[in-house]
Amino acid sequence: MSILGTRVVRTEDPLFLTRGAVYTDDLTDPRLAGALHATFVRSTVAHGTVTEVDASAAREAPGVVAVYTAEDLGDLQPVPPPLPFLDAGFARPWLVPVGGRVHFVGDLVAVVLTEERYQGEDAAEMVVVDIDPLPAVVGTAAAATDETVLFPEVGTNKVAAFGEPAPEDFFADCEVVVTRAIVNQRVAAAPLETRAASAAWGEDGRVTIWCTNQGAQQAQGQIAGWLGLDPKLVHLVTPDVGGGFGAKIGADQEYAFVAWLAQQAGRPVRWAESRSENMTGMLQGRAQDQVITIGGDRDGTVKAYSLVVNQDCGAYPRIGTVLPTLTMLMAAAVYDIPKVHAQATCYATNGTSIGAYRGAGRPEATAAAERAMDLFAAEIGMDPADVRRKNFIAPFTEPFTTSSGATYDSGDYAAALDRVLEAAGYAELRAEQARRRERGDVRQLGIGVSAYVEITGADSGHGTSENAELEVHPDGTATVLTGTSPHGQGHATTWAMLASEQLGIPVEKITVLHGDTDRIPDGGGTMGSRSLQQGGAAVHQAAVELVEVARKRAAELLEANPDDLEVDLANAGLSVKGTPGTGITWAQLAADEQLIVQTTFTANAPTFPFGAHVAVVETDVESGKAVVTRLITVDDAGTIINPLLAEGQRHGGIAQGVGQALLEEILYDEDGNPQTSTFADYPFVSATELPSFELVEMATPTPMNPLGAKGIGEAGTIGSTPAVQSAVVDSVAHLGVRHIDMPATSMRVWRAVREAQKGSTN
Amino acid sequence: MIPAAFEYVRVSTVDEAVAALAEHGEDAKILAGGHSLLPIMKLRLAVPSVLIDISGVQELSYVRVDGDEVAIGAGTRHHELEKSEVAQAEVPLLPHVASRVGDPQVRHKGTLGGTVAHCDPASDLPTALLALGATVVVQGPSGRRSIPITEFFLGFFETAMEEGELIVELRVPRTGAGGWGYEKFTRRENDWPIVAAAAVHLPDGSVGVALANMGGVVLKASAVEAALAEGRSIEDAAELAAEGTSPSSDMHADAEYRSHLARLLTKRALKVASGETGASTAESTAA
Amino acid sequence: MQVSMTVNGQQRTDEVEPRTLLAHHLRDNLGLTATNIGCDSTSCGACTVMVDGLTVKSCTVLALQAEGSEVTTLEGLSTDGELHPVQAAFRSEHGLQCGFCTSGMVMAAVGVLADNPNPTDREVREGLEGNLCRCTGYHNIVQAVLKAAESGPAAGQVPSAKQEVTA
Repeated sequence: MSILGTRVVRTEDPLFLTRGAVYTDDLTDPRLAGALHATFVRSTVAHGTVTEVDASAAREAPGVVAVYTAEDLGDLQPVPPPLPFLDAGFARPWLVPVGGRVHFVGDLVAVVLTEERYQGEDAAEMVVVDIDPLPAVVGTAAAATDETVLFPEVGTNKVAAFGEPAPEDFFADCEVVVTRAIVNQRVAAAPLETRAASAAWGEDGRVTIWCTNQGAQQAQGQIAGWLGLDPKLVHLVTPDVGGGFGAKIGADQEYAFVAWLAQQAGRPVRWAESRSENMTGMLQGRAQDQVITIGGDRDGTVKAYSLVVNQDCGAYPRIGTVLPTLTMLMAAAVYDIPKVHAQATCYATNGTSIGAYRGAGRPEATAAAERAMDLFAAEIGMDPADVRRKNFIAPFTEPFTTSSGATYDSGDYAAALDRVLEAAGYAELRAEQARRRERGDVRQLGIGVSAYVEITGADSGHGTSENAELEVHPDGTATVLTGTSPHGQGHATTWAMLASEQLGIPVEKITVLHGDTDRIPDGGGTMGSRSLQQGGAAVHQAAVELVEVARKRAAELLEANPDDLEVDLANAGLSVKGTPGTGITWAQLAADEQLIVQTTFTANAPTFPFGAHVAVVETDVESGKAVVTRLITVDDAGTIINPLLAEGQRHGGIAQGVGQALLEEILYDEDGNPQTSTFADYPFVSATELPSFELVEMATPTPMNPLGAKGIGEAGTIGSTPAVQSAVVDSVAHLGVRHIDMPATSMRVWRAVREAQKGSTN
Repeated sequence: MIPAAFEYVRVSTVDEAVAALAEHGEDAKILAGGHSLLPIMKLRLAVPSVLIDISGVQELSYVRVDGDEVAIGAGTRHHELEKSEVAQAEVPLLPHVASRVGDPQVRHKGTLGGTVAHCDPASDLPTALLALGATVVVQGPSGRRSIPITEFFLGFFETAMEEGELIVELRVPRTGAGGWGYEKFTRRENDWPIVAAAAVHLPDGSVGVALANMGGVVLKASAVEAALAEGRSIEDAAELAAEGTSPSSDMHADAEYRSHLARLLTKRALKVASGETGASTAESTAA
Repeated sequence: MQVSMTVNGQQRTDEVEPRTLLAHHLRDNLGLTATNIGCDSTSCGACTVMVDGLTVKSCTVLALQAEGSEVTTLEGLSTDGELHPVQAAFRSEHGLQCGFCTSGMVMAAVGVLADNPNPTDREVREGLEGNLCRCTGYHNIVQAVLKAAESGPAAGQVPSAKQEVTA
C-alpha cells in the first residue's frame, strides 16, 4: 500500500514534545560561548528629526561592552530598498543619526552590547534620545496628500503605482452598479517566536549567522550584500523556526547588524527581541484601502468589476510594495467576468513596514471580490450563493486565463460551493435564520459564503524551481537535503514519505535537513505555499532518479538486464522481476559506492488551489457581539500527500482568517503611536473565539507537477476571512446593514445596526 | 522584558510585612501573586526598589464565615476562592467572578488582596466586592482598620490605604441563595472587560450594582440602585446605569458604546439576579 | 540571592538576581529551553510550567517565588522514555506545528485535565484561554486534549509532583 495519502504522524514531534524544539534563542552552540547580548534602542516617536543621542551614561552602566550610535558605524552604507524600481531615497539607515529622521516607532537609533541579557535593557534605557517631532503620516489617505513627505529627497510618499484608471464607460452597459470603499486592515503576523539572531566569526574569516527565517539562502544573499561581504563568507543557519506566516521572509536589518556587531566586538553576539519590540519591528501584513465597484444585470450576471487599491507600505518600503500586483492578478477571483479592472498605488507612511502575511496579496483580492458579490447580491435581492454560482468560471481541466490575466491550471468552483453548502446544511441554516428574524431574537444567525481561488508556487525570487539531494547510506538510512524551509509545516515527515514511497525505506530512517547554506547553498525557502509542489516534487524526482542510478549499478553487480530489475519496496532495494528478495538493497549498493542524487525540479507554472467556505455566526444584536459557531470548508489543493498535516494547515489558516475578520488590527493614534504593541492589546485570536472546524474533502490534481499537488498553506485564510466577515454582515442584514469593515468588532456591528435603523446608509 | 533591579524581602507573617513596609518606606511594594505588579514592572511602568513577598504568609489565606459576614484572607488566590465551598454557599457571586478573572494560570497566582490593592478600573473582583458592599481590612504600623469599599477606590490606581499599610482581609455580607448576576463583556474570553456589571441581592433587601471600566475606578451604579429601591422596573433602572460614570474612549470602545454596554449589561445582570433569565455566557452563545 | 527548588525531580540551588524571572531561571541557568517566552504581558502562555501541581506563567513569577517548590517543565513530563498521555495525544492528533507554544500548551493541557478529567470541547477551549497558538487554529490541540482525557487520570498528573488539594 502506498504511504502517500496516509495520516503519518510527524517524525519531528518526539523531540519537540520532550525536550522542545531548538529555536535561535535556545542554541548552545560552542561557537556562541561567551556571546554578548545586543539590545536595540528604538525611536518612540513615529516621525521626527533626531536632535540628540547621548550614550555616555549607558557606556558606564554595568556590563556594557559597547554602545553604537550612528557616529560609530564606520563605512556601513544604508540598506537600499529591496526592489530595483524603488527610489534610492527610501534607503534605511542602520541607525538614525543626529539630524536624520526617524520614520516609525521602532526605528533604530542605537545599540548596546552587554555581557548579560538583563544588563542590556537597563543600559538601553540610559541612552538619551531627543527627537523633534514632525506630523505623522498615518494611513494611505494622509500619505496621498503629500502634505507631509516622509523622505524629502524622494519628494513624494508615492512609492509605486501599477495599472491605469478604468475607462469612463466601464460600467455603461450595467443595469446595476454598486461601489464601496472597504478596508483590508493592517494586521500582525505574530508568529509565537519573535525575531532572533546570533552570529560568530571564525578564524577563517567567515561568519556563521543563526536566525529565525523562512529561507536561509535568500537571507544569506541579502545580509552579505548589505554588509559588503562575499556571500561565500556568510554561513547562514535557520534552526527550528517558531512560525513565520510570511513575516520571516527575507533578512531583517537587525540580523545583519548582529553579524556586524560580532565582527566589531570580536566576540559572538546574540539578540532576541521582546514581543513589544516585535509588534513594531517585524513586518506586518495586508494594510490595503480598497474601492470596489461591481456592475451587472438584475438577473445576477456580473458584467464588470473594478478594484482600486491603496497600499500602505509603512515607513521603509519592502516586499509589501509589490503584493498589490498579486491582488490585481487575482482580482477576477473565481468569476468569469467579461471586464475586470485593477489598479494599485503604494504609499510610504509612518508605520511598521508591510511585508507578506499568510496569503500575501491574494486574501485582499478574494476579500474584495467576495464583498463585491455580496453587495451586488444584496442590491438585486438574490441569494449570495446563487449570484456566485451564476458567475463562476465553468469547470475546466485545461488552463483558463481570466480577465485580470491569471492563467489557472484546473478548477471546478461550482462543485466546491455545492459541496460546502451541502455539508453546511445551507437551506436549513437559511430557514433557521428566517425563524429568528421572524421572532426578532436577540441572537440572530448570520451565514457567510465565500468562494476563492489563489495562486501558489508563484515565482518569489527563486523561479518555480527547487532542488533536492537524496543519499542512501550503507546502514540503510537516508538523508534528504532540501531548499525549502519548514517552520511548522512538517517537511521532515512529508519529504521522508515521498522518498519512502519510491525506496521503501521507513520514514523513521530518513533524515531531512534544511536551512543551512553550507550544506544547501541553493534553495527557495518556504513561502507562497510553494514547498510541496516544488520542494516535495524535487524530493520525489530525486528518489525516482536514485532508483535509476541504482538500477544501472545493480544490473552490473548482478549481471542482469536493467529492465529485468524492479523496485522491491519490502526489502528497500531492487530485485529480479518476479522473485522478490533475490536482489540487492540500496544499502548494499551504497556500501559499494556512494549512492546519491542531486536534482532540480522546475514546475511549468504556478498552481491555483480553490475552495469554498461557509461561516455561521450568532450575533447578539443588542451588544453587537458576533460569535463564530461553525466553519465549514472545502479547500481543494489537488492531491494530498499527508492528510493529517494538510488538515493542520487548513485549520491554522482558517483561524487566522477569523482573527482578521473579527478581532485583529494594528492601530495607531494620530501621532503614529502604536496602540496594539503587546499581546494584551492586540487581540490575537484564541481558542475560546473559535469553534472546531468542519472540513470537507475535495481534490482536483494539478498537471503542473508529478505529485498533482497544489499549495495548502494559505488557502484557509483566504477563504475564511471573507466568509466570516460576510456572515457578520448577514446576521444584521435584515436590520438594513450592507457592510461592516474588518475587524467586525462588537462596537462596529452595534453602530452599523444603529446607523441603519436611523436610515443612513452604511 | 524584565523588571528593573530591586531588593527582595520574604516575610512569613503580617507583622513582619508591616515591619518591612515601615523599614523600606514608600519605595517598597507588596508582592503577593505578582500578577498585577510584575507585568507593569516588566514594562517598567512600576520601579519599586524593594519587593516584600507575602506569598508565604499562611495566615492571609482563608475563606470563613464570621457572624453575618464572610471573611476572606487577602492572600486567597483566585482559584481558591473559585473552589471554596464556603464562598459558593455563602456568597456565590464571588467564586463565579473569581472564575472569570484572566485564565487558569493567572487564577493560580493572583490574590484577592492584590487585585483590590492594584485598583484597576477594569478589575472583575473589585467590581463584585463593590456590588456586595464589602469592607476592606488593612493593617499598618498603628494596627488594623476597616475601610468601606465605597471609600477605598479613590482614583486611577489610587486607594485609601496609607503608607505602610497592607490589605489583610475582605469582608462581605452572606448573601446565601440571594440572586446575583455578573455580565462581563470582552473581545476574547480572557481579556479585561470592556465593561462589566455585577448585580447582587443583599441580605438587607437592597440590590447592589457595580460597574467595571466605566471610569477611573470601579463604580457603584448608584442611580440604578436608587431606582430599584424606589420600586422601579429593571428596564427603567438599568437605563440609568451610565449616570455619573465617566467612561473612556480607547481602541476597544468609545464612551458612547461603553455607556450603551453599561445599560445593557446592567439590565442583563439584574435579570439574571432576579431569576428572569440565564446568564449570557459564551457557552450559550456558542451552542 | 540563593534560590532552591526541585525541578523535574532534581533539587537545584542557584544564585540569582532577585528580579530573575522563573522562565529565565529555567532557560538560562538550568538549561531547560523547552519553556519558551512569547510575550511580555502574561498573555501567550508559552512559558507555562507547573509549580506545586498548578500551572503558572513562568514569565510572571520570580524565581525566588518558587523557593522550596516543585517545578515541572515539559522536559520532566515523560518518564522512562514513555510519552505522557498528553504528549502522546499531541503527536497522534497533530496538535503542534512550529512547536513554540507547545511546551506551555502541553503543560496547560495537563492542568486542564487535572482540574477536569472529562472536559467538553468548550471546556478545553476555556481551560486553554491563557495559551495562544498561531499555527494550529487550536482545532487539533482541542482534539489532543480530548484524546488524552480518554487515557484516564494519568493525563492530568505530572511525575512526582506534590498532589496539592485545592480548597
